[in-house]
Amino acid sequence: MIKAKQFSAVLTLMAFGPGSAHADYTLNLMKGVTQLSNDVYDLHMLALWICVFVGIGVFGTMFYSIYYHRKSMGHKAEQFHENTTVEIIWTIIPTIILIAMAIPATKTMLEMNSTEEAEMSIKITGWQWKWEYDYLDNDIHFFSSLDEASNKARQKNSGIDPRDVPHYLLNVDKPLVIPVNTKIRFLFTAADVIHSWWVPDLGWKKDTVPGFINESWTYVEKAGTYRGQCAELCGKDHGFMPIVVIAKEKADYDAWVVEQSGLATAEENAAEKEWDSEELIAKGEKVYANNCASCHMEDGAGIAGTFPAIKGSAIVKGELKEQVNLMLKGKGMMPAFGQMLSAVDFAAVSTFIRNGLGNSVGDSVQPSEIKILQSERVSEEDGED
Amino acid sequence: MSAVTAEDHDHHDHGPAKGLLRWVITTNHKDIGTLYLLFALLMFFVGGTMALIIRAELFEPGMQFVNPQFFNSMTTMHALVMVFGAVMPAFVGLANWMIPMMIGAPDMALPRMNNMSFWMLVAGILLLASTLLMEGGAPASGWTLYPPLVLQTGTALPFAIFSVHLLGISSIMGAINIIATIFNMRAPAMSLMKMPLFVWTWLITAFLLIAIMPVFAGAVTMLLTDRFFDTSFFNAAGGGDPVLYQHIFWFFGHPEVYVMILPTFGVASTIIPVFARKPLFGYASMVYATAAIAFLSFIVWAHHMFTVGMPIAGELYFMYATMLIAIPTAVKIFNWTATMWKGAMTFETPMLFSIAFVVLFTIGGFTGLMMALAPVDFQYHDTYFIVAHFHYTLVPASVFILMAAGYFWLPKWTGNMYDEKLAKLHFWLSAISVNILFFPQHFLGLAGMPRRIPDYAVQFADWNMISSIGAFIYGPSQLIFAYIVYKTIKGGTGEKVTGEVWEGAKEQSLEWTLSSPPPYHTFTTPPKDVPTMSTSR
Repeated sequence: MIKAKQFSAVLTLMAFGPGSAHADYTLNLMKGVTQLSNDVYDLHMLALWICVFVGIGVFGTMFYSIYYHRKSMGHKAEQFHENTTVEIIWTIIPTIILIAMAIPATKTMLEMNSTEEAEMSIKITGWQWKWEYDYLDNDIHFFSSLDEASNKARQKNSGIDPRDVPHYLLNVDKPLVIPVNTKIRFLFTAADVIHSWWVPDLGWKKDTVPGFINESWTYVEKAGTYRGQCAELCGKDHGFMPIVVIAKEKADYDAWVVEQSGLATAEENAAEKEWDSEELIAKGEKVYANNCASCHMEDGAGIAGTFPAIKGSAIVKGELKEQVNLMLKGKGMMPAFGQMLSAVDFAAVSTFIRNGLGNSVGDSVQPSEIKILQSERVSEEDGED
Repeated sequence: MSAVTAEDHDHHDHGPAKGLLRWVITTNHKDIGTLYLLFALLMFFVGGTMALIIRAELFEPGMQFVNPQFFNSMTTMHALVMVFGAVMPAFVGLANWMIPMMIGAPDMALPRMNNMSFWMLVAGILLLASTLLMEGGAPASGWTLYPPLVLQTGTALPFAIFSVHLLGISSIMGAINIIATIFNMRAPAMSLMKMPLFVWTWLITAFLLIAIMPVFAGAVTMLLTDRFFDTSFFNAAGGGDPVLYQHIFWFFGHPEVYVMILPTFGVASTIIPVFARKPLFGYASMVYATAAIAFLSFIVWAHHMFTVGMPIAGELYFMYATMLIAIPTAVKIFNWTATMWKGAMTFETPMLFSIAFVVLFTIGGFTGLMMALAPVDFQYHDTYFIVAHFHYTLVPASVFILMAAGYFWLPKWTGNMYDEKLAKLHFWLSAISVNILFFPQHFLGLAGMPRRIPDYAVQFADWNMISSIGAFIYGPSQLIFAYIVYKTIKGGTGEKVTGEVWEGAKEQSLEWTLSSPPPYHTFTTPPKDVPTMSTSR
């Protein structure tokens, strides 16, 4: 009877196992793709094996004693206690083991710390809840946030099975691109709260602290796509700000850099053009879904007490300037979108919230208008100083 | 003092006050101990329910039950309730019940303050719980309350901060009381090195509490002024430093986690010799190791902050200092093992929980040692590896030992034997499920799953599901304990226990020389001799 019960329990467990084995999972730390991450891995394995051996010794002794020194086996308790020699030995042995671990750990720590002789620098800024990348050596600058497919699937009861979304929660709209075989220095800071930038394959994470700059570096030897996540609790959507790093061969990287400047020109041209309101609303809906919906909700109803509603909001229905200024500057938990959105996206989402989500102001906001308001805002800020 | 003694003569034979009011106005250490323990048990279930909400959401990828903000509130409140509502009060409850009986004192030194510290704890926890109903929700920034994030909390922020103040005052009063009792009310025969180890560990813990609670109160007060009075302690834009908060918090926080583990060591060192029928192997070295761990706890705080950006000298110093903790901890584990060695062991439920504690706490210690290595911590930090580590040192360590203590002393407290069969069922369910619950979290962390996330990438799905299954077994299993406690109070198995309860226990500690249950007032005159089997002789 007991056997049968046990068997059915094992069967149930097994059914859960392979039944849900849809992705390759790992049990151990990954080796990563840099020399440093390999050193970290080796250190981890050293510590792990030391623990395993000590554990076998201690637990072995304990279980031997539990088995043989039982009262039910007729064992009589011996009354010994306190033995200085034994106590000195078992203090010295751990000390020696610790020193053996501290030496390689110190070496790796020093290595990790040296950001000298970097060939290029990228500034990474944490925002609630996206990453801003600034290539300090050329004019590339962009934001990177959770990709649309994951974002749709992660809504509560979305009806989309995350297993059908490629790289669910580990994919972004615009990845960080770096060249291989190049020592890259990263500078970290944050715009609002503390975040932490972590790609396990690089072997470390680093906190991004508002008002302070942290440094780290990497030297990736293998081209590929490496994924990570924010590791420091940063509010509601902490779980939804992944990192994707694409390491490219140098020639491919150079091509990518050229392509980026082309994109910048195209963006400028788009901002000059006159858009019709349907185009703006269609584009704005997407911008809204990616940037606004996580707080103000998909239907614009907000969350009472925390996130104000867009639907029927006096500010949205009021004068354009006031609304745009609020979005440019941010307020409380709301980040300043001035740098995050292009003029086109800004105009599109403004048109969308003024004419969608139950609002009907009836105007359409052009990128050129946004640009004017943006520059007014900048000169006002200069005036404030 | 003499005036009080003269008056006391009339009171000697009085039992407790009648009715419910007894529990409100009581100044009796046994009553207050009971209040603390029952309150802690209740909070254990409240905090546990929050943990089950977390595990339910994490059962499968995708958001099914809660929204992310509420999820963060749950992780925050689960930690605060478990730390300040369950584990700490449970040990204060044990201290109240046992310290006077172990040192041959009639009561705690400051009985009225004792009553006040209990009710202030209740007030603090109720205030904290009330934030769940407030606009903007309960605090959702993790129990560490890091700025700037915590400053985004809604209406709840000042209430949570005031609740921390109340809990802090309550803890400090409890600690003062324990120190005053131990220093002033020991039986004349009981020198410091003849005190049971549980008393020693609590003495050291009480000093830790007095040192750290004001630091935490100061840190949260600075949060309060930053939010409401335009100060900039932690605001970089005003010349402050958000990392400063972390330094202050962990100067409190690291000793704080030892506040939860040192009395655990004390109880384990009390129970293991009784069931091994042997003296504790190295009493003196256990006392010194406890003191060493307490001292080290003050100088290692920034190992919680390796990735926050520290100078290399800081990283290395905190790494070395942290590694040192392994030495006194190893001494303790070797001592427990040597105490079992060549004993005549029996395996009643308190012993089972204690052995499980030694084994599983050691696993938590191993991962702690691994994390001490700063460069590797750059990978482990803020992942489920950490979650697994500190749950191993808290659940199958502190909580298991609290269960062990419950089974160990319930017969003494009530005079009734608990149901051993049911208790063993409780043990085996707990010991197996706690590993199903927490062991896979090591794998998740190493594979790259950050902590405090409400949803995860699909490669983490399998181990999360298994972990949740463990939680769904572990949580409800604890109801068995509540049932056993209830049944034992109501008469237990019907078997009346002797004063000694456990074979040979009289040789180990004073409380076993009393009847079971002990009279309402005990040791109104101090005992002449004290047992020295497991202390210095």
